[in-house]
Amino acid sequence: MSTGSTTAALLERCERLYADTALDAVRAWKGAHPGRLAIGHLPVYAPRELIHSAGALPVALQGGGDQVDIVKGDACFQSYICHLPRSTVELGLTGDFDLLDGFVFPSTCDVIRNLSGIWKLLFPKKYSRFLDLPQAFEASTGGRFYLHDLEQLAKELHGLGGLAPDDGRLQASIALYDDNRRAIETLYALRREAPWLCSIDEAFLLVRAGGLLDVQEHTALLRSFVDAAGARPKKREDRIRLLLIGAFCEQPPLGVLRTLERSGAYVVDDDLNLGARWLLGDVGPSQRPLEALVRAYLEQSTWASTRFEHDEPRGAQLVKRVKRAGADGVVFAAPSFCDPALLDQPPLQKALTEAGVPFFSFKYAENTGQFQGIREQAGTFSDSLKLWGAA
Amino acid sequence: MAEAVTKAPPPAAQKDSSMERQKQMIAGHFRSLSLAPQTGQRVAYTFVPGNLTELMHAFDVLPVYPEINALQSAMRQLSAGYIREAERLGHNEDVCTYVKCDIGMLTKGNVGPTGEVLPPPNLLLLSYTGCFTFMKWFELLKHEYGCEVAMLHVPYLADGQPTAEARRYIVDQLKAEVIPKLEKVTGKKYDEGRLQTLLARSREAEDNLVWVLDSAKARPSPIDAYFGAVYYVGPIFSAFRGTEDAVAYYRELRAEVEDRVLKGLGPVTPDGTLTREKHRLVVEGPPNWTHFRDFWRIFHDEGAVIVASTYAKVGGLYDQGFRHGQTDDPLESLADYCLGCYTNLSLPSRVDLLEKYVRDFKADGFVFNSIKSCNSFSAGQLVMLRQLEQRTGLPGAFIESDLVDPRYYGHANIKNRIESYLQMLEQRR
Repeated sequence: MSTGSTTAALLERCERLYADTALDAVRAWKGAHPGRLAIGHLPVYAPRELIHSAGALPVALQGGGDQVDIVKGDACFQSYICHLPRSTVELGLTGDFDLLDGFVFPSTCDVIRNLSGIWKLLFPKKYSRFLDLPQAFEASTGGRFYLHDLEQLAKELHGLGGLAPDDGRLQASIALYDDNRRAIETLYALRREAPWLCSIDEAFLLVRAGGLLDVQEHTALLRSFVDAAGARPKKREDRIRLLLIGAFCEQPPLGVLRTLERSGAYVVDDDLNLGARWLLGDVGPSQRPLEALVRAYLEQSTWASTRFEHDEPRGAQLVKRVKRAGADGVVFAAPSFCDPALLDQPPLQKALTEAGVPFFSFKYAENTGQFQGIREQAGTFSDSLKLWGAA
Repeated sequence: MAEAVTKAPPPAAQKDSSMERQKQMIAGHFRSLSLAPQTGQRVAYTFVPGNLTELMHAFDVLPVYPEINALQSAMRQLSAGYIREAERLGHNEDVCTYVKCDIGMLTKGNVGPTGEVLPPPNLLLLSYTGCFTFMKWFELLKHEYGCEVAMLHVPYLADGQPTAEARRYIVDQLKAEVIPKLEKVTGKKYDEGRLQTLLARSREAEDNLVWVLDSAKARPSPIDAYFGAVYYVGPIFSAFRGTEDAVAYYRELRAEVEDRVLKGLGPVTPDGTLTREKHRLVVEGPPNWTHFRDFWRIFHDEGAVIVASTYAKVGGLYDQGFRHGQTDDPLESLADYCLGCYTNLSLPSRVDLLEKYVRDFKADGFVFNSIKSCNSFSAGQLVMLRQLEQRTGLPGAFIESDLVDPRYYGHANIKNRIESYLQMLEQRR
């Protein structure tokens, strides 16, 4: 198979997975692994390693995008609630999630938190678990609490029919996910160094595919793509380099991402699919792997609007990230009604202004269908930077 | 129609003495706050749900509650300007209006409800209970003030009951984070005996508050447990829990309500005493503050009395048995309090509580006031409404407004919906 056909085939597969709101890939996995669990989890971060170590398939539930007509979901939420929970409830009520054996709702925001309660009310027979990720990052407080919570989760998964908690198995799962994070980081390094070889929507699809695939298969897929990407017949173009911030939970439709780059930009870093990149660096080998996973959460979690800002202000962290990515500017792309993303914008924008980094912002929903406004905004921003060096 | 209420406003001399007492307490508190830069008394900004007022008093710290400032700004018709100011500074139209009102008020000089300037905080005591936005709010204030911040993460009661681990997590944080920060900003040592004394006072006040809230089981109800209860819960939800003032206030309030029960009187409304109780309702969700009296009038004009509300439990579920200082360890008691505030309950627990209120208070129906900018309360309310309708066999009403943004209060729409709903209840009798 030629390099071009390799990357095309991989991307085609990822796009099929992106469209797989009915979870056919998970159904196929369960068919090939009889008796094993598939556990869905909401954004942003969930410890997929732990679910994997129970012999289960962790399934990232990322809403319905722009592919699901919302009828029942809209009856559950007022107009001023973001879109992700509507499509999640829609898919739940139409039976698309029936094959999942349980659901984990991480403490992302009030809406996801309350969605955990909605799930208990609407699907009382399904296992649904709120995961209270600690906001106190000391080992003696948040660490202790989180360790206990993960121990409980492991026991509950065993109670559902998963494998019994086992340090050796958890260590092996951690190693697989460490490898996966390294593969994702390689893809992002490619984006930073040669963004014309992998567009933002392609990178998004490649990472997102991991939400439905076995981790080893996903890692292999990423490596195959990166290995073949260098030979793609793509030319560098005169575009500005953008950092995209705010899309860490409800994901924008592919059209939004494509529009940004078609407007004269390369998006060289982002917080899309943030859960897959949450832990920075390896968790690493340990005699006590669960404690290592907890420690990694406390000490290696990424910059995120859903975590309490303890020491270094987020604005300063964003400015550093802009420099690290070699970005010319920042685009704030937040889902409508997303409190964590939108409440962060004023201080982040202040920090960028003080650092002389230009930015622009827009809001979207996962089913946004009109891109012209975004195209005009992004195009104007791109032109202004290219023509005058600053917006 | 307005036959349910004696229209003449009560003369000033007939105002309940407890209201006068509360007014004086609030004025005294804000005076102390305005003088803090001179007196050197330390100031902490904190939130209502899961507040650690007794602990702050044990260090002689004066608390400020930005949510209460916001709602008072709304009642004084100042919030629209403050919100506009915050939006001019880049805060998005989609986000919590309490936050924007507070940011706008800060930008405009931080003048409190009594017209006195509020001092900046020495400590931001972030009791992160039942509302994710609290965390973001205090991150914003942290940038503004650059003072000490104590973060207290209170786990969510997703399964309905506090766990030993959740309680321990809170106690650990109190010992490792909150108390050391209070010691640092005040230069005083933690005194457990003093805290116990303050908690005992809270307990007495809480007993009397619960008696008052329970009085709504009488027919006619002597109180309105939503609009009226906003005033009743004021001292206990805010700066006065653990004080002698609060003890005296709740004794006096209880005596007044006992007198109303003996006389068979209905609740006092802004337009006088409600003389004919036609409908008994339970309300879920906070009130709108910008049009508070107007909102209340829609109900009392129709003879509708709120006999129980969840909003009156955001600062503690005392009516379900919790009391401060019930446990030997005062920090464990504070932990239990933080865990049990209404918005920290799972949705199934909230539905259970609402069902209990409908049955215990013999309500004819229930109203959900869905607040545009409060995801903690609002996300899931439509599902809760349907569950409650199924469980009770009663129809519910669903209206939408906002906390402190007047742009989201539609009088005619709300009035039409409530009147239609009450007519439907009437026809079902």
